[in-house]
Amino acid sequence: MKETPLSNCERRFLLRAIEEKKRLDGRQTYDYRNIRISFGTDYGCCIVELGKTRVLGQVSCELVSPKLNRATEGILFFNLELSQMAAPAFEPGRQSDLLVKLNRLLERCLRNSKCIDTESLCVIAGEKVWQIRVDLHLLNHDGNIIDAASIAAIVALCHFRRPDVSVQGEEVTLYTPEERDPVPLSIHHMPICVSFAFFQKGTYLLVDPSEREERVMDGLLVIAMNKHREICTIQSSGGIMLLKDQVSALTSVPVRTGHFSEVFKDYLVTKRH
Amino acid sequence: MEVVMRADAKVRVESGTESSPRGPGCSLRHFACEQNLLSRPDGSASFLQGDTSVLAGVYGPAEVKVSKEIFNKATLEVILRPKIGLPGVAEKSQERLIRNTCEAVVLGALHPRTSITVVLQVVSDAGSLLACCLNAACMALVDAGVPMRALFCGVTCALDSDGNLLLDPTAKQEKARAVLTFALDSVEQKLLMSTTKGLYSDAELQQCLAAAQAASQHIFRFYRESLQRRYSKS
Repeated sequence: MKETPLSNCERRFLLRAIEEKKRLDGRQTYDYRNIRISFGTDYGCCIVELGKTRVLGQVSCELVSPKLNRATEGILFFNLELSQMAAPAFEPGRQSDLLVKLNRLLERCLRNSKCIDTESLCVIAGEKVWQIRVDLHLLNHDGNIIDAASIAAIVALCHFRRPDVSVQGEEVTLYTPEERDPVPLSIHHMPICVSFAFFQKGTYLLVDPSEREERVMDGLLVIAMNKHREICTIQSSGGIMLLKDQVSALTSVPVRTGHFSEVFKDYLVTKRH
Repeated sequence: MEVVMRADAKVRVESGTESSPRGPGCSLRHFACEQNLLSRPDGSASFLQGDTSVLAGVYGPAEVKVSKEIFNKATLEVILRPKIGLPGVAEKSQERLIRNTCEAVVLGALHPRTSITVVLQVVSDAGSLLACCLNAACMALVDAGVPMRALFCGVTCALDSDGNLLLDPTAKQEKARAVLTFALDSVEQKLLMSTTKGLYSDAELQQCLAAAQAASQHIFRFYRESLQRRYSKS
């Protein structure tokens, strides 16, 4: 289905409201929408709701041969899917640009930041390593897919337990969950993406844009950070030009990132597995 | 204002102990349904059967590509997405079964040259997945306001090696001798769709069908209660 076009009066209304520092849902410039994280019955399954944007994440693992140039490291595989449920415009052939951009951003945020210890995923060097696969499905699109997806990915990875293995010489014994308790992944830190939308050629800025705001924005800046204020990835798209001071001012804005980690800890503690 | 209704039902054909999810003989697992939980689709529903959960979203009647349009009725499309990995042949065949069931009940003639898309996402699979998908699809179509001649539901039966009948089997119980899934309509409990796997006799098939029809009464009663509860509030 084609995307319904945004009418000119709606566009003008949104831009005028932003100029007057007003948002459609009543938020302030730096306000995030409510985040709700719920877990499924399997290990590594979680659903994240960022306002009305909903993402389902599932982590699974498999024993495979390692990559030739990285014989002692496990493999991390991320797959974000824009389900046709999320928006009528998301048809299988049509959303490749957005999909590639989101997947690449997610990979840079989680794989390149080395938040998961891949050395610990090695079972027999050069022969058998764990491949951790993270499948994310966007269920409802109300703006800011990347933030919701990055939260879902890292929460699902924290929630996941892989089967325990023991190695005797060349023999690998894989234990079922009944024989031995599954083992959590080794996670160094929890990076999350925070999105900033720019309007009127960089004059106005909003955190966590909703779907309508995304339609009228000029550019998007995504910063992936963890609670130690370490930046994992920055991506600026849309061609807006920012000064170095502006960017470093923005990196201090996600004080909420510290807040996120607190949110995760609460959920993980209440989910006693 | 959206009204999100959550309806729960514990259904037992025979009484069972509280500690086990089902008693001896035939009984369905605890099921629950939530409607209108997504803002973008025209209709959405989440259906839970025990630990099996499926989320359904419906768009329609909406614009259809000229290559896919049918001159006198709506084009129905069903998309089933598994949780892990890319969809494969098994998903394609399940999509076809669900589509055939929906086409039998949806009044497509009222909306010619339009498309009705049902998207199903598996949230967790603990047995009886196809039946759960059918139930979720029906609730989502109702939530979207798509005109239908009847409601439909899915029931799965498993026949183990001793010939015992198990309704709504879990994943472990599905490794039985035969697994049969039926889609039944709400008006006369007629059979809309059946898919079976395994070895069974003709008498066993009739027995399973009768048990499924009895179980479907409970499911339709649950549909009615949850919809009544939802619309009586607004």
